[in-house]
Amino acid sequence: MKIEDKKRVLREMVLHRRFEERCYQAYIERKIGGFLHLYPGQEACCNGVMEAARPGHDYVITGYRDHVHAIKCGADPKEVMAELYGKETGCSKGRGGSMHIFDVKHRFMGGYALVGGPFPLAAGMAKAIQLKGGDEIAICFLGDAANNQGVFHETMNMAALWKLPVLFVCENNLYGIGTAIERSTAIVHQHKRVCAYGIEAAECDGQDVEKVYAAARVAVDHVRHGKGPYFLELMTYRYRGHSMSDSRGYRSREEEEMWKQRDPIFILRDRLVAEKALTLAEFEAMEKEIDAYIENEVIKFAEESPEPRVEDLEKYVLADRETQLPWLTGKAA
Amino acid sequence: MANIMYWEAIQRAHDEEMARDPLVICMGEDIGVAGGTYKATKGLYEKYGPLRVIDTPISEGGFTGLGIGASFLGVRPVIEIMSVNFAWLAMDQMFNSAAKVRYMSGGQLTAPCVFRAAGGAAHQLGAQHSARMEKVFMGIAGLRVVTPSNPKQAYGLLKSAIRCDDPVFINEHELMYNMKGEVPDTEYFHPLEGSEVARAGTDITLFGYNISVHWCLKAAEILDKQYGISAEVIDLYCLSPLDRAGIKASVAKTHRAVIAEEDEAPVGVGAEVMAIINEECFFELDAAPVRVHSAMVPQPYNHTLEKATIPDHEDVVKAVLKLFGKA
Ligand SMILES: Cc1ncc(C[n+]2csc(CCOP(=O)(O)OP(=O)(O)O)c2C)c(N)n1
Ligand SMILES: [Mg+2]
Repeated sequence: MKIEDKKRVLREMVLHRRFEERCYQAYIERKIGGFLHLYPGQEACCNGVMEAARPGHDYVITGYRDHVHAIKCGADPKEVMAELYGKETGCSKGRGGSMHIFDVKHRFMGGYALVGGPFPLAAGMAKAIQLKGGDEIAICFLGDAANNQGVFHETMNMAALWKLPVLFVCENNLYGIGTAIERSTAIVHQHKRVCAYGIEAAECDGQDVEKVYAAARVAVDHVRHGKGPYFLELMTYRYRGHSMSDSRGYRSREEEEMWKQRDPIFILRDRLVAEKALTLAEFEAMEKEIDAYIENEVIKFAEESPEPRVEDLEKYVLADRETQLPWLTGKAA
Repeated sequence: MANIMYWEAIQRAHDEEMARDPLVICMGEDIGVAGGTYKATKGLYEKYGPLRVIDTPISEGGFTGLGIGASFLGVRPVIEIMSVNFAWLAMDQMFNSAAKVRYMSGGQLTAPCVFRAAGGAAHQLGAQHSARMEKVFMGIAGLRVVTPSNPKQAYGLLKSAIRCDDPVFINEHELMYNMKGEVPDTEYFHPLEGSEVARAGTDITLFGYNISVHWCLKAAEILDKQYGISAEVIDLYCLSPLDRAGIKASVAKTHRAVIAEEDEAPVGVGAEVMAIINEECFFELDAAPVRVHSAMVPQPYNHTLEKATIPDHEDVVKAVLKLFGKA
């Protein structure tokens, strides 16, 4: 990666980290409700892959841990925060919430809360790309535990059979809620599971964004050039609990410490410092600046935005009636 | 007007829509090279090729989700579920993805796909191939549900469903694919909402949908000829949203109602129609409405037991006579 790109990505990852930490605080203050799944620790995964892909052009879909993926695709952090606050200005108009962030204009095709649900949806988007003949690809980010769903296998089979332009990114953070991967899954290394379908696959350190980027370039090239699906496994770790009501009793503090030694932000920061492209003082100033942006713009926007109107409760259940009249009434022109 | 079979009507709708729009595709088990279990996609594979007429693996959840994902990008997939019993495996994607995506995205994304399933009880197929599941689909916000009772509807409902931006579930019937009926020669779009007066009458309304419309029509004939009772038959081809105005208008005229359904009674079409009658025109009633429905048992294999499970036109006649105090 070029120095300039590395500096930009570092800045983005700090924004992603601080955004999520601020969500945590807002949840404690009861500004955010429902389930809230945060991303700290895994930032290099989304960033490394999307640096190799084309955000806003390629179609991205993921699970419920979705804020950062949306922002990386181009969603405005203000609108994502407003969504978490349940506001009308939220990117899903306050109807979705943390687990259902959507920003279709940037081709972020949504966060879905059923574990494994996005697998076939991603393959379907790839099928649409194949039919329409574009150069986009579909990218599906999911966790390790999602691979134990039946649709994982069903989708891998179809994606390989029909050579669909879809990249599956498995963010293997070693846990599905409180169940360690060795306790739920016969093999830890998930990329091995797609061999049976003849899908190209690789495993990569998910904490070093440059390594992720390099592996993702191979993966993206493969998919974009019509060679069929690809499965990229990124070994990573989430620092916080699965959701907000998780005291992490299922894993040791030593294990957590060990992973924090390999923090994706610090790895990149220290590399840039070693390369003399950044000073620690600059880094700290950047953090402050980002915190100020989050407070003064992102949070302010969410706080000040209006609630959805109760009169609009049933809006968006079905397509606007007026636009569908020929088919609803049979009076086609 | 051509007199064609129900399956031919469905095939024609597919063909016309696929010829018009290259983004209309169809997918399902054995629909391509084999031409479809009920021939509803016969000849399409030869005409449109494997990219648009897709023989899927036996992965209902997977291929249904794949069709839905394709619809996010403007493809219009018609997804055939070989037997409605297998739809249980696809419901996660139908309900959690297709039906909810518009709402949870605040109107940004929609899933304009069509799910077609062969429903109803055929002959002696046993418990796992005879389920009637309309009740499940009609209770889902964000999903339209229609069920054709004749070839004209089968053709026109599929045409409209493909054009509509909402996901539509079409409940067909295994025993009806060879039924013949008149279908207009020119392009025809059947409304996805509302209901139809299948036979006008003045003394009682018989509500039916899909196959039970035919029980009602036969019962109305017998009631008229043998008992001098004039029954109106309402065809509820749209199960979601149910046609409140149509139900009300007919009952306000006849003051009596019998609802015939092939499904078991709890949580079904009959229960819903009764609720609507209560809410819309309770004071118009001259008698309490009655349901004619299946027994609450997994479908038995034995022929006699199977017959005892599912109602028919005679049960409708009996219910009407009882309601009039004539039996
Ligand atoms: C179908 C389904 N089953 C169970 C759940 C509850 N659940 C939510 S997240 C989760 C664990 C998923 O772990 P993984 O796929 O590894 O993703 P991670 O949360 O680690 O990012 C479970 C069991 C769900 N949301 N959906
Ligand atoms: Mg996990």
